[in-house]
Amino acid sequence: MPLSAYLTLSAILFSIGLFGVITRRNTVGILLGVELMLNAVNINLVAFSRFHGTEVGMVFSLFAICITVAEVAIGLSLVILLFRMRRTAIADQIDWLKG
Amino acid sequence: MTPEVVGFWVLAITLVGSALGVVLTKNLFHSVLWLALGLISTAGVFLLLDAEFLAAVQVLLYAGGVITVVVFAIVVTEKLVGEKISHTSTRLAGGIIVAAGLFGMLASIIQRAGLDKPRPEMTGDATAAIGMSLLTKFVLPFELLGVLLLAGLIAASYFARPEE
Repeated sequence: MPLSAYLTLSAILFSIGLFGVITRRNTVGILLGVELMLNAVNINLVAFSRFHGTEVGMVFSLFAICITVAEVAIGLSLVILLFRMRRTAIADQIDWLKG
Repeated sequence: MTPEVVGFWVLAITLVGSALGVVLTKNLFHSVLWLALGLISTAGVFLLLDAEFLAAVQVLLYAGGVITVVVFAIVVTEKLVGEKISHTSTRLAGGIIVAAGLFGMLASIIQRAGLDKPRPEMTGDATAAIGMSLLTKFVLPFELLGVLLLAGLIAASYFARPEE
């Protein structure tokens, strides 16, 4: 398959993830959409790296995967904390800063 | 039809289907399971691209780590409120417009970029090359990543600590 096939697949996944981030009301659902978007970016990096013939893109996506794991752990612990304080996970109801 | 073409189409259909499952299903738990399927088929795409090490990392960290943590979070939060978490969608029209617009833009850029060259032959072992550059050229980011993971671990266990 040519490089453009992998890039198109990754663009479709990124758009679906963005759709999820925009439409989901639950914070966990939004986080799942972000995961999809990051995953699409990783496919892009690995495909470019393979077609370019160097390993640097693969190293970069390795870092991206590890940072995503830290992000998910902190994001979900914040969701649990919000649940304790507010009894909700709906992003629209988290509006303490609203004047 | 070479095996690579068949594999690509099977994985592409699975990936897009499971991604739609993640964003459209009404049940949060099913969403997570769809995400697991999507992440595992992404590992398959990495295998197609000769990145065996990244496929292993993807299965271990994402499908093993992230999915487990998300399932734990759902179970814990549902136990805290004692009812099912609502998992509905809003602003569907806006979401479709933005996502379709972004995809149209990206697709037209990809079409015009002229990226239809076949891939070059593999030279050497990708895993060995990744290991070499991780511990030579990228050793500072690699160590910083360790610090970041430690900070993330401490912060996560601080935020989710038991109530006094």
